Amino acid sequence: MRETYSVILPKMDLTELSGRLIVIEGTDGVGRSTQIKLLRPWLEQQGHAVLDTGIKRSQLAARGIQQAKEGHTLGRITLSLFYATDFADRLENEIVPALRAGFVVLTDRYIYSLMARAIVRGLDPAWIHNVHSFALKPDATFYLRIGVDDLIPRVVFSTGFDYWESGMDLYPSEDMYESFRRYQTALLAQFDKMAEEYDFTVIDASPDVRAVFERLRAGISRVLKGEPRDPLFAGPPPQLAAQDRDGNKSASMEKGHRPRAEK
Amino acid sequence: MKRYGEHRFPGKLFVVEGIDGSGKSTQLMLLHQWLQAEGYGVVFSEWNSSPLVRDTTRRGKKKQMLTPATFSLLHATDFADRMEHNILPLLKAGAVVLCDRYIYTAFARDVVRGMERQWVRELYSFAVKPTAAFYFRVPLEVAMKRILEGRNGVKFYEAGMDLGLHEDPEQSFHIFQGKILEEYESMIAEFDLTTVDATLPIEEQQAQMRQIVKAKLTQAKRLRVAP
Repeated sequence: MRETYSVILPKMDLTELSGRLIVIEGTDGVGRSTQIKLLRPWLEQQGHAVLDTGIKRSQLAARGIQQAKEGHTLGRITLSLFYATDFADRLENEIVPALRAGFVVLTDRYIYSLMARAIVRGLDPAWIHNVHSFALKPDATFYLRIGVDDLIPRVVFSTGFDYWESGMDLYPSEDMYESFRRYQTALLAQFDKMAEEYDFTVIDASPDVRAVFERLRAGISRVLKGEPRDPLFAGPPPQLAAQDRDGNKSASMEKGHRPRAEK
Repeated sequence: MKRYGEHRFPGKLFVVEGIDGSGKSTQLMLLHQWLQAEGYGVVFSEWNSSPLVRDTTRRGKKKQMLTPATFSLLHATDFADRMEHNILPLLKAGAVVLCDRYIYTAFARDVVRGMERQWVRELYSFAVKPTAAFYFRVPLEVAMKRILEGRNGVKFYEAGMDLGLHEDPEQSFHIFQGKILEEYESMIAEFDLTTVDATLPIEEQQAQMRQIVKAKLTQAKRLRVAP
């Protein structure tokens, strides 16, 4: 039987949810959606039916959130609750039915991103955890991890800096670059903290798309076969690499993501 | 992020609660008039009225897309928007804020819809504790009579039709409101609600209300604005 993080929603039957719930987490611009575009056909070729879903895609709340964000008038508690509404709608109407039908559900972000954003915006961690405590525990969470210096060129040369992804609501006096840097650094620290708390499988997202895909594929194969994780991925992530402003990485980043100690 | 508790803002917050047909909105309107005439800066905020969330709520209700969870979260979003952009800044500015329904409405309705009692209370823990919360206590039959005589049919969610309590909307409404009444009754002690007997004449209820409000405002005379 499936578990939630504590609260069970009314009429939610947690038995016979035979599909697999696989979460791809990571910050803005790290390449989550690129990977999901590759993963989906690969899974389908193997005969798995796939539902791919992600934040702000609910029938109920997606449009409302988009409109509200355009005005830049959303308060931080309001923003968090609007996203929680979107998540609840997708959980009840997409994710759970798909799991019951035996699908592999690939979700582009999950409650962890929502919680990280709220905590960075100064909301009480206990409060935001409670809000999302009705979420199903996933079968696996793959965390695409990247340092802020590797992240910046990707964002600049793809979509450019976005108001919300740069945390401009938090640091309105800074320019977009400074704000992005500050905001994403704070987010990455939250993700790293959650990686331990929620037992993420950490994947170094700094190599090229293909290399990241290979690692994701290997990890997901194991989940689908019900095998234990590759010990290389287990354990807490190393500290966020200390990088100076010229982009020189510290030794810990170069070594990749080996566990600090045996678990 | 502050948690539910006494606030130290110069403004005052008065809220009215009760089941449909308890007469609370009428009482709040009368209080509003009086406070304005007395020269206070008064602002009114109604449950489920945030422009930010309005379209989503309307669509969700019209298409009957809402579950107990999304119903609860959407109303909390609406409340948060009003709290962050309206109620809090006004209290900081020293206004007298009047709310027709407050978090206790959510506690009653969401719990009757099956959400966990503790989860809902925690969800709204960012709310400011009112200076006084008036609960208009009325027997179910009296409220039902007032409501059903006065309008042509109750709406789907108002009647709790989403809960499948009864196929007849009027019967469903009756059962639903009865359960909400029970929740309110249990909250009187929990949240120190000021109970008003809503079967008394309107004038008498209003006199009680004004007396209590007046006592709370004497310590806030400096709030008075020029008429």
